[in-house]
Amino acid sequence: MLGLSVDRLRADMNRLLALLFHQGVLDEQFLQLQQLQDESSPNFVSEVVNIYFHESEKLLRNLRGLLVDKEFSDYKKMGIHLNQFMGSSSSIGAQRVRNVCVAFRAASEQNNRAGCLRALELLEYEYCYLKNKLHELFQIEQQRILAAGVRYPQQQQPNNP
Amino acid sequence: MAKNGVFSRLRRLDRAEGVDDFSTCNDSHEVHVLAVDDSLVDRKVIERLLKITSCKVTAVDSGRRALQFLGLDEEEKSVGFDGLKVDLIITDYCMPGMTGYELLKKIKGSSTFREIPVVIMSSENILTRIDRCLEEGAEDFIVKPVKLSDVKRLKSCMFGGNRIQKQDKGLNKRKLQDNSGVPLSPTLDDDDDVSSSPSPPSISSPSLPRSFSSLPSSPSSPTPPDSPTRLLKTSDEEE
Repeated sequence: MLGLSVDRLRADMNRLLALLFHQGVLDEQFLQLQQLQDESSPNFVSEVVNIYFHESEKLLRNLRGLLVDKEFSDYKKMGIHLNQFMGSSSSIGAQRVRNVCVAFRAASEQNNRAGCLRALELLEYEYCYLKNKLHELFQIEQQRILAAGVRYPQQQQPNNP
Repeated sequence: MAKNGVFSRLRRLDRAEGVDDFSTCNDSHEVHVLAVDDSLVDRKVIERLLKITSCKVTAVDSGRRALQFLGLDEEEKSVGFDGLKVDLIITDYCMPGMTGYELLKKIKGSSTFREIPVVIMSSENILTRIDRCLEEGAEDFIVKPVKLSDVKRLKSCMFGGNRIQKQDKGLNKRKLQDNSGVPLSPTLDDDDDVSSSPSPPSISSPSLPRSFSSLPSSPSSPTPPDSPTRLLKTSDEEE
């Protein structure tokens, strides 16, 4: 039974990943991160992604803070935040988020506040979607690890319930 | 110390940010890279990429800190640290405060450190930027996001076999052992017609330079501008 659930969980993970690639939410750079994870660094992907979440939320707050100001004019500062967001998104393979940043930056370069606001909405949406999906992915991964781990003590200690 | 050989390398390369206590007895085969990037995400990634290719890594978040680490800060003092030799510096271009370009200039301007190869990373594919860096003596220019194949290529180009001296014309040393998707780089004089595909198969023709790092160059003369590798996934913009 446990063996089945490990396989099923792995299948669930793969299915979710395939979906995210298909949707363009993730790109090959995410696969690259997975390749960097091994026994010596078993939580590498989630560590990097959690740093990304932390930084991204700060950037999103900064961006919103800039734009809600009706007299906002510091597009240069906004550009800096966007470049950071673009860079980190690209580094983890968050393709859709990165693409929205590109469009956002274009609006910013044109000093188009309305365009920026629209782009920010879209960015927040895409970021939320990404975050939810990655959390889901990590959850399945955790369950899979747990399920795989439970087998062994039962083999070694047959009297364990 | 003898334990260098006994412990697993990966354990030994555990803490990147601080200074290693093994500094007095470096494994002479282990390349020590100083990575400079203001983005924590990118630092984590580059650090991991380097460790997985068996490099020792020190990652810092600014050009200033990089200079401090080298002992080059302000007064041009000679190395304050216990001689932790840096074999390669890899730096992001766009950083607040000191840019990667400015850091490059400082390093190339130092008699003590200008021999250290410097590689620039940038998310922007801007030809003028690339040219400027190469002219200033950068060894290579990598477009982000940085991949394992990039790091493997760098390592094998610069440190494959023995340590490469800058005047080394032995292109066979740079021959790649594995498939590290290096694009075929067009002719040397061609700097506006760069057509490279993102992940071509590995090239094993020793007569073709695959990246800037395979061009012989001496520290005092600028590296000729050349077709960069892994460039132009998007069209380049001037300025």
